[in-house]
Amino acid sequence: MRKLFVAFTGAAAMAALLMSTSVPAAAQSDKTETKKYSPPRLPDGHPDLQGTYDLATITPVERAQGSPLVLTKEAALKLETQRAAQRERADAPSDANRSAPPKGGDGSVGAAGNVGGYNSGWLDPGSTFTVVNGEKRASLIVDPADGRVPPMTDAARKRMMGGFARQTSDAGERADPGLETAPGAYDDPERRPLGERCLLGFGSTSGPPALPDYFYNNLHQIVQTPDAIMILTEMVHDARTVRMNAQHLPKQFRFWLGDSIGHWDGDTLVVDTTNFTDKTRFRGSTEDLHVIERFTRTSAESLLYQFTVDDPKTWTKPWTGEYTWPATNAHIYEYACHEANYALKDILKGARLREKEQAEKGATKE
Amino acid sequence: MTIGKVLFAAGALIAAATMPLAAQSGTYRPPRIAGKPDLNGIWQTMNEANFDLEGHIARPAMALRDGPYGPVPAAPVVALGAVGAVPPSLGVVEGGEIPYKPEALAKKKENQKNWLALDPEIRCYLPGVPRATYIPQPFRIFQNATQFFITYQFAGAVRNIYMKDPGPPPVDSWMGQSVGHWDGDTLVVDVTGFNDSTWFDRAGNYHSDALHVVERYTRTSPDVIAYEATITDPNVFTRPWKISMPLYRRQEKNEQLLDFKCVEFVEELMYGPYRKKPLGP
Repeated sequence: MRKLFVAFTGAAAMAALLMSTSVPAAAQSDKTETKKYSPPRLPDGHPDLQGTYDLATITPVERAQGSPLVLTKEAALKLETQRAAQRERADAPSDANRSAPPKGGDGSVGAAGNVGGYNSGWLDPGSTFTVVNGEKRASLIVDPADGRVPPMTDAARKRMMGGFARQTSDAGERADPGLETAPGAYDDPERRPLGERCLLGFGSTSGPPALPDYFYNNLHQIVQTPDAIMILTEMVHDARTVRMNAQHLPKQFRFWLGDSIGHWDGDTLVVDTTNFTDKTRFRGSTEDLHVIERFTRTSAESLLYQFTVDDPKTWTKPWTGEYTWPATNAHIYEYACHEANYALKDILKGARLREKEQAEKGATKE
Repeated sequence: MTIGKVLFAAGALIAAATMPLAAQSGTYRPPRIAGKPDLNGIWQTMNEANFDLEGHIARPAMALRDGPYGPVPAAPVVALGAVGAVPPSLGVVEGGEIPYKPEALAKKKENQKNWLALDPEIRCYLPGVPRATYIPQPFRIFQNATQFFITYQFAGAVRNIYMKDPGPPPVDSWMGQSVGHWDGDTLVVDVTGFNDSTWFDRAGNYHSDALHVVERYTRTSPDVIAYEATITDPNVFTRPWKISMPLYRRQEKNEQLLDFKCVEFVEELMYGPYRKKPLGP
């Protein structure tokens, strides 16, 4: 059973070392076939892409400068084993006789350093590197060849320096150490991350491009009809409808997940998405963000997901990533985020209380 | 006239109001998917059920207070004028009235009085079933030989209709767990596993977490699905009761669901007072 949603604590950023897990049921296969595989087909003749997929992987979007795209099997196994060991330690029962954490936290970054957040048992950040063409991959990004997001344009860099820099659709659950110092970070609900506001799942889980969120709730479901294909994101129950062989809506119609139209390129579903809101801001992009996704069934248990991201107002050139979506038998349960979002109110109330206390102490206001 | 009289004066009119929609199907044979009627498309109700499932005459507002000569809109909704008024309806409840237990009827009336504070629709909470169907926004059915999925424009609600029973729902939820099967040419959806937090309408009609809904979808013409929902909740009602209404296909060319992520729209309502500089009333 997947982890069910627990109300955001805002301060619940988790230490990176928790980012490991035991081998899941739908473990990735080293034997991914892309050559002669003949996918099952629907009555309209197109491949059946339907199913539920678990996007969790420990392969990051970008890889370290100068490192290769493909990990050797030995290197991958070593790292995966390390993660598994970390996970096992994190999953160990805690000492019932331990003393309370120091008031106000111990000062370190993350859940252990402030008021405490998720135990490791709630997390499902993936345990293995993604396998594409039988290769263990060190990054999702394959173009540019260095596996790094291309440099931002000067204009984009300036934009990102503005007050709303944190409000991007890719912001991770770990992004908030719980004690932000950016001026005004707690002034208004609009200043809080989109995930914390329950507007989108964090980590660009819905996308497009749909990315692993490296935390939990990585399930996606595809339901396919000849006219429209539905892609459900578990987090915040975001359902994107891909209208087949249709035209984009006029530019005034904007969507948090963009306006997606699709067509078949042989046995590959190609989805073209534009018309994003100016609030989605994937990695700081503008509303001119353009994402092209390619879905190809590569085995009975997997899809290959490829995405190209372009926004000339944000990046100096387009960039492309790919990873495998392993199928799973897990069920998607309701991710009713907003309905239980007591934290957003309390985060703002807490900030008002802190201001009041600081004013009473005669301390300098932030 | 008191508020109570306005609210319930229409009760006598509505016994004969609901039409046996399934009976209208006649000899129409819908197009097929894997031998079953094709329900794909974008559908919407055209009625006043979301205001009040029961028959009612028009009233000045959802939130009322006593005026010197009868009910008038409550202060927070006065500014809405005619936009905030409640359109009349013969009702969608078979037999006219919802069979509340006496103590439950008292709670329904209390809900209605406190509509502004309590209706989950106001806070953009997931609408539950059957309310998702007749909240006046479109929804889209995705159907093929093995899958049945509904996306609702309101609040981006979704329902995966399991066509194979996955077993009892492991946890209660706002939209419940839906399990479908075909009864001839009718899709029957059995919905359980609800929490007690959704309402049926803006009139305070409600349920407990013992709610059990059985829906029936029967395509009766190219552009109409006859919809019925039988509601059982022994904590609240003396017996099962049924609503029925047509679902109409949206006829507009290129019709599609658009974004209605109302979570964003209720932030001022829910969090506005906690801004560093509140905008004020």
